[in-house]
Amino acid sequence: MPIDRAAVDHVARLARIALTEEERERMQAELSVILAHAERIAALDLDGVEPSAHAIELTDVMRPDEVGECLSRDEALANAPAVEDGRFAVPRIIEDA
Amino acid sequence: MTELHWLGATELASALDAGEVSAQEVAGALLQRADEVDPSVRAVLTRTDERLLEDARAADRRRAAGALRSPYDGVPVGYKDIFVTRGTVTTAGSRILEGYVPPYDATVVQRCSAAGLPLAHKLNMDEFAMGSSTENSAFMATRNPWDLERVPGGSSGGSAAAVAAGIVPWAWGTDTGGSIRQPASLVGIVGVKPTYGVVSRYGMIAFASSLDQAGPLTRNVRDAAALLEIAGGHDPRDATSIPGPAPRLLDGIDAGIEGLRVGIVAEFMQAEGLAHGVRARVEDAYRRLEKLGAELGEVHLPISLEHGISAYYLIAPAEASANLARYDGVRYGLRVDGEDVVAMTSRTRAAGFGAEVKRRVMLGTYSLSAGYYDAYYGRALRVRTLIKQEFARAFEHVDVIASPTSPTTAFRLGERTADPLAMYLSDLFTVAAPLAGLPAISVPCGLSPDDSLPVGLQLIAPALQESTMLRTAYAFEQDLGFAASPEGRPPL
Amino acid sequence: MSDAFETTIGLEIHVELATASKMFCSCPVAFGGEPNTRTCPVCLGLPGALPVPNRKAVEYTIRIGLALNCRIAERAGFHRKNYFYPDMPKNYQISQYDEPLCVRGHVDVPTEDGVLRVGITRVHLEEDTGKSVHVGGSGRIADSDRSLEDFNRAGTPLVEIVSEPDIHSAEQARAFVSELRAILASLGVSDVRMEEGSLRVDANVSVRPVGEGEHGAKVEVKNMNSIRSVGRALQYEEARQRDALRRGEMPTQETRHFDERTGRTSAMRTKEFAFDYRYFPEPDLVPLTPSRAWVEEIAARLPELPAARRARFAADYALPAADVAVLTASPEVARWFEEAVAAYGGEPKRIANWVTGDLFGLLNDAGVELTEAKVTPAGLAALVRLVDAGRISGKQAKGVLQAMFDSGAEPEAIVAERGLEQVSDEAALQGAVDEAIAANPDAADKVRAGNLNTIGFLVGQVMRRTGGRADPRVVNELLRRKLVP
Repeated sequence: MPIDRAAVDHVARLARIALTEEERERMQAELSVILAHAERIAALDLDGVEPSAHAIELTDVMRPDEVGECLSRDEALANAPAVEDGRFAVPRIIEDA
Repeated sequence: MTELHWLGATELASALDAGEVSAQEVAGALLQRADEVDPSVRAVLTRTDERLLEDARAADRRRAAGALRSPYDGVPVGYKDIFVTRGTVTTAGSRILEGYVPPYDATVVQRCSAAGLPLAHKLNMDEFAMGSSTENSAFMATRNPWDLERVPGGSSGGSAAAVAAGIVPWAWGTDTGGSIRQPASLVGIVGVKPTYGVVSRYGMIAFASSLDQAGPLTRNVRDAAALLEIAGGHDPRDATSIPGPAPRLLDGIDAGIEGLRVGIVAEFMQAEGLAHGVRARVEDAYRRLEKLGAELGEVHLPISLEHGISAYYLIAPAEASANLARYDGVRYGLRVDGEDVVAMTSRTRAAGFGAEVKRRVMLGTYSLSAGYYDAYYGRALRVRTLIKQEFARAFEHVDVIASPTSPTTAFRLGERTADPLAMYLSDLFTVAAPLAGLPAISVPCGLSPDDSLPVGLQLIAPALQESTMLRTAYAFEQDLGFAASPEGRPPL
Repeated sequence: MSDAFETTIGLEIHVELATASKMFCSCPVAFGGEPNTRTCPVCLGLPGALPVPNRKAVEYTIRIGLALNCRIAERAGFHRKNYFYPDMPKNYQISQYDEPLCVRGHVDVPTEDGVLRVGITRVHLEEDTGKSVHVGGSGRIADSDRSLEDFNRAGTPLVEIVSEPDIHSAEQARAFVSELRAILASLGVSDVRMEEGSLRVDANVSVRPVGEGEHGAKVEVKNMNSIRSVGRALQYEEARQRDALRRGEMPTQETRHFDERTGRTSAMRTKEFAFDYRYFPEPDLVPLTPSRAWVEEIAARLPELPAARRARFAADYALPAADVAVLTASPEVARWFEEAVAAYGGEPKRIANWVTGDLFGLLNDAGVELTEAKVTPAGLAALVRLVDAGRISGKQAKGVLQAMFDSGAEPEAIVAERGLEQVSDEAALQGAVDEAIAANPDAADKVRAGNLNTIGFLVGQVMRRTGGRADPRVVNELLRRKLVP
């Protein structure tokens, strides 16, 4: 199924990537080709086949509830693009989108 | 004596033990080699000369004090720039992490340091390990030491090229769909992708978490086994790490393969796009295995060949789309300003990610989104089950599965960049093993008669059967003699 | 017409677990603190970091599930819930989706109209986000010009409890939350402080004309920061939707914010498109398969839950429902009360009266929790015994309790120090009785003439002469012996 422009825009928004006009066009073409190839799996009979989310079957891996060391505040903030009052500063948050 | 930079890790360890060289001399020789060849090979993203020399000095002091940390104390190791290194810039080949200095070491780095291995450079890679040529690095394209107009493969192309060019004796890479084995094949060295969970993923920047696995790129099979012993084994910081100590892989590596059952993948040998010269070398390899006492048979992996790439290119981008969401301009890395946080993050990611990363993040986001999950991602996970079952059936009859690693030898720079799908098909024979979590190795089997470029033989074993796989590769390597001879080194 | 509507409410409750360390890393869990001092590569979402689940958090979730009569899953798993928000370090939340740890339970909620059974759809485990401070403008998100992020809270284990839409009034919702909080407090799995956000309640409210099959538009109400505000917010919202329907308007599906100050809800900016969370199995984590043995062990260690405790208090201590409700509201209060009753040995109702009356009054005035108070259960028991023995009056006891509350001293010591002890020795009181009779001959004559009501006046006179320390019963007896033939 070829992916349309609206879908490209919707996905770019979900993925938070501001695409240029040219990128949108190229993305639409490339994703369509890749998805067309990927859709070969539609031909497989998968009735009764369980999904494998993991390569190797392990279960119940947990850690004990023990407190360990934290980063210092300076270490935590060392790579931050903007800091104010010991916090990471970001431009205003809008609730929607 | 062979020049220091052409010695493998085990050979260097012996030279250090014999007092023929000091760790500082080894480090110095390697740095000199890097000065000579890296300007043309471009394998190193961040040189760590000071750190390397400092670590080497410390190694020499330990040796003098009789306090060696391991038999490999003083043998330098390179790291794909996907392993975080405390205090040393780590970028994963991406603009979005340019200048990023991690506050902690990856478990692999920690364990190698604990074994006394000096840190020798952060090596180039396709951005976030997405690619098969290392052309997707945001900073530069690495060249194949055998032909500087060709790619070294990817995504661990910097690690592969550095080992092949004599810049480091061995290096760590990561493999998600072939990213260790394919470049190892293209530059004529050994590359191992262990069973998923054998090497800790902690501190390895994630591409596709259920597939990513770290492994060694080395000049010979013994070195690969040794590096896995040093850094493998359970890590409580990785919930997918297999319980138990590091595997013992050197013991019995030279026991031979008399009676070993080797399965040739019929479908892979018939695949469209398998280069003539690759086929010729790999068929020679099969005959050599037989000569060494192995019983050859045929196995069938039709779903792996037909649908492996599809499943892989649905699963890996989906996981990547979430793994890469953290690069948002808030806590670290690049920020491009915007009037609100959505604009800031969207512009940051637009400027910080390269074309391939954007493509895969978009693809993964799409395949997980409402209405498409069942058709794409959900279906791909079920195909993954079929591939696992297909391998399980094959391993009822054979001990090791053999195939070419890559359908072709190294291709020219720029040859496949315009066609993402053609690039994806480079992974045709390598994606199945990670989908099934199985260990696999690429071992050199000589040069292609077509273009005199290296060809790799891939061996795949059942989960946690690394020792069988390495024993097979070792027997083959010793008999072929390619790795040990000058013929096995690039003309550089 | 006013009765022709029915309300349907479903609640989503988030509970921060009081584990020592965070959900997926070993940073400590604590409220407040200097910003960004409790983070590590994992909870800061640094490149390469990986989560490993906290076993205690899983155990607490199962404990909650068992207390809410849920079925504990034989196989559970974590999913990634994908959405961008600057307080979420990885821009996905590790949560549970189609394989939660606990499903299909219920809570029996005591209400004025009897017991209401509210179904529990699911109980699952996830991680909390960091905290944003909005700077510029009024300090609210809507008109701020930037935000500041603190990740100390990020990665705190968070349990989400989802109820069935079995609740049909604001009062029922309030009662449900109150009962749920009491249950969680009994389990010792959370601080359950709504003001600090360790218990957070969101509600879905819809109102429709009775008999109409279709549910009305679901309105989500957020920001209810106390049990009282749950009642107020939902009452307001119920009325608002009813009024809209009466006017012939259909309430729109939206999210509304409750304002504590005005008591009203107001619409938050409507989302332009529905969220698409792109849930998929968390590849960094493996499935959980709680063994039957582990679940049984957790079940065996479940403490007494509020409903059982209420029944026991009513039966064993013969207390009225109002006292039971107050005394079992928290496990600490219940334990305190029971210790006091045991130390006292007499009628439990006497202790209940002192606790729910004077002691709670003092606590309220001082803004102190019972567990932090200086008065001990044994101290209260001793005080009540002093009254019973007639050594101090009830009125004096109130003063002594205040002193105990202030200083933490024992009642005996306070009584001795203040010289409060009643004088009931006849010989010691004889002089004061004689003086009172001599000073009030008219009153004495009235009594002699048979007007016994006047004895009270003379008793008062004796009390005055003894500084209030005389035992009035003994004084009364002495006066009668003197004056009544």
